Amino acid sequence: MFEAVLFYVFSLVAMMSGVGVVTMRNPIASALSLVVCFFFLAADYVLLDAHFVAVIQILVYAGAIMVLFIFVIMLLNLRHGDQLTFEDIGRRSIVGMGTAGLLAVGLFTALGQLPVVLPAQIPADYGTIAYIGKALFEGPYLLPFETVSALLTVAVVGAVVLAKKEI
Amino acid sequence: MESVGLVPVLVVSVFLFVTGVAGVLTRKNALIVFMSVELMLNAVNLSFVAFARQSGHADGMIYAVFVMAVAAAEAAVGLALVILLFRNRVTVKLDDLDTMKG
Repeated sequence: MFEAVLFYVFSLVAMMSGVGVVTMRNPIASALSLVVCFFFLAADYVLLDAHFVAVIQILVYAGAIMVLFIFVIMLLNLRHGDQLTFEDIGRRSIVGMGTAGLLAVGLFTALGQLPVVLPAQIPADYGTIAYIGKALFEGPYLLPFETVSALLTVAVVGAVVLAKKEI
Repeated sequence: MESVGLVPVLVVSVFLFVTGVAGVLTRKNALIVFMSVELMLNAVNLSFVAFARQSGHADGMIYAVFVMAVAAAEAAVGLALVILLFRNRVTVKLDDLDTMKG
């Protein structure tokens, strides 16, 4: 019962700050709203017994990625005119909101047809680093894991090549 | 999880995903469009974790970790592109980028 109340509170804050990301006028306010959203999603992950994912969410998303975002926003120092909200409600806004609304209707309809199944029994160490590590390195995910490390290297090199004036 | 069930978690996930789609389709600032994409990735991550808890397997959580790694790579390259764009065109408004418009 207590867990359910916590879940609804965390999810409500996450959803409100998610809306804030899209509606805020200032990019910095959007970014900070996104940080709040990430933190409360991490809290939801803890309630879903995914402790390792929650920690990674805070370290990687709320830490690394959002620092990068805020750094770039402050570096570009956008002052004039770029920071408007749903700028001049025009055809594009209407089409965008309509598409999003249609998507929402479709997805919620699909959710309504979901059969109610009780969650599976989980071992005591579910979601811990040891559990994820075993599944990651002993299962079929070893090759994808190593490929991701190559992807990250390529991304780092690519980012430096793109952003540097002359190499 | 036992007290909440799967569906409320998925409702939160769908809500965040649709919010991200609306942001991508309506905003003009490239940085906010990027943040909306991150929001969509997080919504999908939430449903991955929820399904992992539902099925009792680790696969969903491993996918969530992979998504985070790809999101980090995407953010690094994407923000480098935004900096490059700002250096060459002094704008981050997506409407100003119509060079390839026929």
